[in-house]
Amino acid sequence: MNRDGRITLAHGGGGMAMQRLIREVLLPAYGDPDHDGVEDQALLDAVLPAAGDRLAFTTDGYVVDPLFFPGGDIGALAVHGTINDLACGGAVPLALSIGLILEEGLEIETLRRVANSIGRCARDAGVRVVTGDTKVVARGAADKLFITSSGVGRVPAGLLLSSAKVRAGDVLVVSGPLGDHGAAILCERSELALQAGPRSDTRPLHRATQALAQACPGLRCMRDATRGGLGAILNEIAQASAVRIALDEELLVVDDATRGVSELLGLDPLYLANEGVFAALVPEGEAGAALAALRAVPESARAFVAGRATGGAAGVVLQTALGGSRVVDLLSGEQLPRIC
Amino acid sequence: MKYVDEFRDPALARRALAAITRLGDTIRARRDGPLQIMEVCGGHTHAIFRYGLQDLVPDSIEFVHGPGCPVCVLPMGRIDDCIAIARNPGVILTTFGDAMRVPGSQGTLMDARAAGADVRMVYSPADALEIARAEPARQVVFFALGFETTMPATALTVLQAEREGIDNFSLFCNHITIIATIKAMLDSPDLRLDGFLGPGHVSMVIGTEPYAFVADHYRKPMVIAGFEPLDVLLSLQMLLEQIEAGRAAIENQYARVVAAHGNDPALDAIHAVYELREFFEWRGLGSIDASGVRLREAYRRFDAEHRFHTPGVRIPDPKACQCGEVLKGVIKPWQCKQFGGACTPDSPLGALMVSSEGACAAYYRFGQRRVPAVEVP
Repeated sequence: MNRDGRITLAHGGGGMAMQRLIREVLLPAYGDPDHDGVEDQALLDAVLPAAGDRLAFTTDGYVVDPLFFPGGDIGALAVHGTINDLACGGAVPLALSIGLILEEGLEIETLRRVANSIGRCARDAGVRVVTGDTKVVARGAADKLFITSSGVGRVPAGLLLSSAKVRAGDVLVVSGPLGDHGAAILCERSELALQAGPRSDTRPLHRATQALAQACPGLRCMRDATRGGLGAILNEIAQASAVRIALDEELLVVDDATRGVSELLGLDPLYLANEGVFAALVPEGEAGAALAALRAVPESARAFVAGRATGGAAGVVLQTALGGSRVVDLLSGEQLPRIC
Repeated sequence: MKYVDEFRDPALARRALAAITRLGDTIRARRDGPLQIMEVCGGHTHAIFRYGLQDLVPDSIEFVHGPGCPVCVLPMGRIDDCIAIARNPGVILTTFGDAMRVPGSQGTLMDARAAGADVRMVYSPADALEIARAEPARQVVFFALGFETTMPATALTVLQAEREGIDNFSLFCNHITIIATIKAMLDSPDLRLDGFLGPGHVSMVIGTEPYAFVADHYRKPMVIAGFEPLDVLLSLQMLLEQIEAGRAAIENQYARVVAAHGNDPALDAIHAVYELREFFEWRGLGSIDASGVRLREAYRRFDAEHRFHTPGVRIPDPKACQCGEVLKGVIKPWQCKQFGGACTPDSPLGALMVSSEGACAAYYRFGQRRVPAVEVP
């Protein structure tokens, strides 16, 4: 390592510096016995599906700023986000790959913290980091550290989920409070310096999704409420299934810290991102079992029923606590704080 | 949550609505057509839609969504000027978030940023001043927008910059004043309004006294209203009580925030830094006399229009737009020929489609949207 402990272009050059970075920082953090950092590919015999099983494969990029925030960091997001994308498709996540793009000048200690977080989150979730890649770009060509993570998982035979399977009468179940991740990030960026401000909800959802799939044979679909929040994914489901989804404002769970930030900045928690909350639509008769199964898993202990699918024009409608209603549309772009 | 939930109590809302319905029916029986009540402020428009109050009030009452969305009433030429300033080498242009998407004739500030201008979103002019301190070699410009609500903050920031001797900070000043605007609406020949829900946060600064002419001269009642759903309903009830009794007075429902004489330190800062412009151009409403402010001579060096060249070209509103008629309550947003067709929040043609406080955007997002009917199998 160079004296002041910063990433230089040499760390991406394929030579000694890169090998040391991989051996001394990344491999110990990921802690996978079969991953020696020498071979260019991981060989995973355990992943091969049994008859009727399907392989789920997903990829996602992580560019969050700041890298560290209350409740998590970019490494936790990269692990959880990819696990959750697999999990919401009904898959049991098995292995991850982690691609790192580092900006010249990044402190190696920062990289170490992120790598340790990746390793810890993967171990906690029971998922292996089996391969990876590291590139260094010149100062200014990236912002500190970007991650791409890909993952594979196995979808058991017979489990067929789709956003197009929702029928009028189905019940909407949400796995936890809305908007905590988005509120935590906004709070950090705007330097609101709140006491007891919101904390990111980044967490793996595969245990919750598997519990739900087992308890609920008629499960229609599960969706991870990330960018655009619950509002965005419900619109996609409503369009795909040509149903109306009616939310009941009095049933929605939003924690006080997130509500407070939303009120201060003039934002709607329905559109704030989560990194550890998913929505599921289940047949009416299975709603009770669905809720009980979710509440028995720590990651979805605060699951709640938020509304139901109905007939009528496709879209999402919120019944307000005062008795009025409004359309919950897709946002045109990012939610921007209002001026007054 | 304290200071929030008690103003959203469904039981109290039902009680207010019952009174509103009773009053509305009584008044309606004595006249033709529904009562037209203008909420001047974009914050009220937002609250009305967000809580679905539109659906809850009886048919005897129509909300007319007024001009109080500062982002919405900014003409294209001013956005063009702002982008021209942002394009100067070395300039950091700082702005409130919702001004980023307002279209000028050549695109938005977001477009300018994508094309290489250094445009940054801030939450307060004080953040812009902080950037100026941190980057003394750059020129930091704050896109100052808004009614008297935001004026004290920008004025105090200029005073702070002066005290610290910061010479790389300036304002692109687009502040507008509420009184001249309300007067222009009242003087409009096609006006049909029966009363006003008065702006809450502007009044926190200027007080309630400056509105006296609305009742005295124009004989229209006004109730200064807060922004929670119960505030809006109670204010509406107070307004209807005045109309029912044939009174016209300025009343204050938002007394927990608004004092009759306003806020002296805020007013002092405004008067120290700003002076009235002879006229200011509004989107949808045209030029209104004495409706904008600029920096006084003594603070000229903090005036971005003085420091940078701006084209200053007046861009007329698109011909097809009927924003002015919507703003004055002559037509409803969905009655505009462009609504939901050529003009949507995604690609706004008129200003009222831009901010979430704009009446058209609010209708499109929350209300009367043209949703294609889909049969459920």
